[in-house]
Amino acid sequence: MKVLAVILLSAMLTDNFVLSKFMGICPFLGVSKKLDSAAGMGIAVTFVMLCATCVTYPIHHLILVPNGLEYFDTVVFILVIALFVQLVETAMKKTIPSLYKALGVYLPLITTNCAVLGVTVLNIDNGYTFVQSIVNSLGGGLGFMLSLVIFSGVRRKLEYADIPDTFKGVPATLIAASIVSVSFMGFSGLFS
Amino acid sequence: MADKKNSLFGELTKGVIKENPTLVMLLGMCPTLAVTTQAMNGIGMGLATTFVLLGSNIVISALRKVIPDKVRIPAFIVIIASFVTLIGFLLEGFVPSLYDSLGIYLTLITVNCIIFGRAEMFASKNNVIASACDAIGMGIGFTLALFLMGSIREILGAGQWMGMNIPAVHNNPMLLFIMPAGGFFTLGCIIAAVNKLKNKKPPLEIECGGCEGCPMADKCSSKEADK
Repeated sequence: MKVLAVILLSAMLTDNFVLSKFMGICPFLGVSKKLDSAAGMGIAVTFVMLCATCVTYPIHHLILVPNGLEYFDTVVFILVIALFVQLVETAMKKTIPSLYKALGVYLPLITTNCAVLGVTVLNIDNGYTFVQSIVNSLGGGLGFMLSLVIFSGVRRKLEYADIPDTFKGVPATLIAASIVSVSFMGFSGLFS
Repeated sequence: MADKKNSLFGELTKGVIKENPTLVMLLGMCPTLAVTTQAMNGIGMGLATTFVLLGSNIVISALRKVIPDKVRIPAFIVIIASFVTLIGFLLEGFVPSLYDSLGIYLTLITVNCIIFGRAEMFASKNNVIASACDAIGMGIGFTLALFLMGSIREILGAGQWMGMNIPAVHNNPMLLFIMPAGGFFTLGCIIAAVNKLKNKKPPLEIECGGCEGCPMADKCSSKEADK
């Protein structure tokens, strides 16, 4: 139980996917303008991460490893993720149309989010068990959501700030991200 | 014929500066930030990405009439992922040190927006030779951007450059620059510099040596700012 808690918290805080592993920077910069869309994207990514882990872990250990096909990991995993995003999109459209509408265009974009592929590959690389993998994916997803939500607050303030012309837009956003990342450095060493 | 040559050369060079994938089009941010703690890693990542980009662009443009439009995205993903697996094998076999330091980010080339973006925007509409030129140009641009990022971060953060010690900063390096926060900061500053260069003002205003003896003195708009 203690191991699981450590995995969850370190995936969320110390090894935050966006701010310390640099995965999923595109949605981090693209979707963090408003709180609603940031939270929606976070929920969708967490969900896809969990589902993808549930599927890729058994595929790796039950199908690929016994047949000596580990090197197909990347190809198989990315296809599973692409299929899953499509499936989630279709299922959500039928069953929960309100959430589908809220997520809109961000849903298909999850396929190319490196955090999702990253978490499935990391689960295998770190030699986690099935339960640990799921907890790690949950932590990664929640950490992704946390950083997006925090950063959407920072960006709202940034819009009113008086910054030099050349720094307006992306450069200012990146430098703000750097400062948020410094604050997450405070968590490092928490579980050593 | 000359025209065709010109356009191919244009495809080749546009990726280096004018449409630099990282610094101007802001694609492929994740590897740009993640692996550039050292200049050498930047080059390695850039070349690995160039290889995948070249391979996938050639294959996709060769198959562009065979792949049905509806399933093109899964088809592209499979082609790209195959090349990523291939470069993974090559690096593991021949340059194991680079393979170790790139780690998971090598696998993540699969979801690099540059490769997918070029496949979708260029390779699926153009012939094989043009696509190959485009891929090489974009790859060089990406490699240069990564090399620049890696150099700045390595010199400031570790006091070294490609294994050489840099005298002034070697004893007191600014560790922040090789930490994640420094990556965001460096990239922000480089993009700001690129923005500054892009919006270059006409030379008349930059090379103003004061209003005395200037033939344009009475028409010049910056006259009042000088006073």
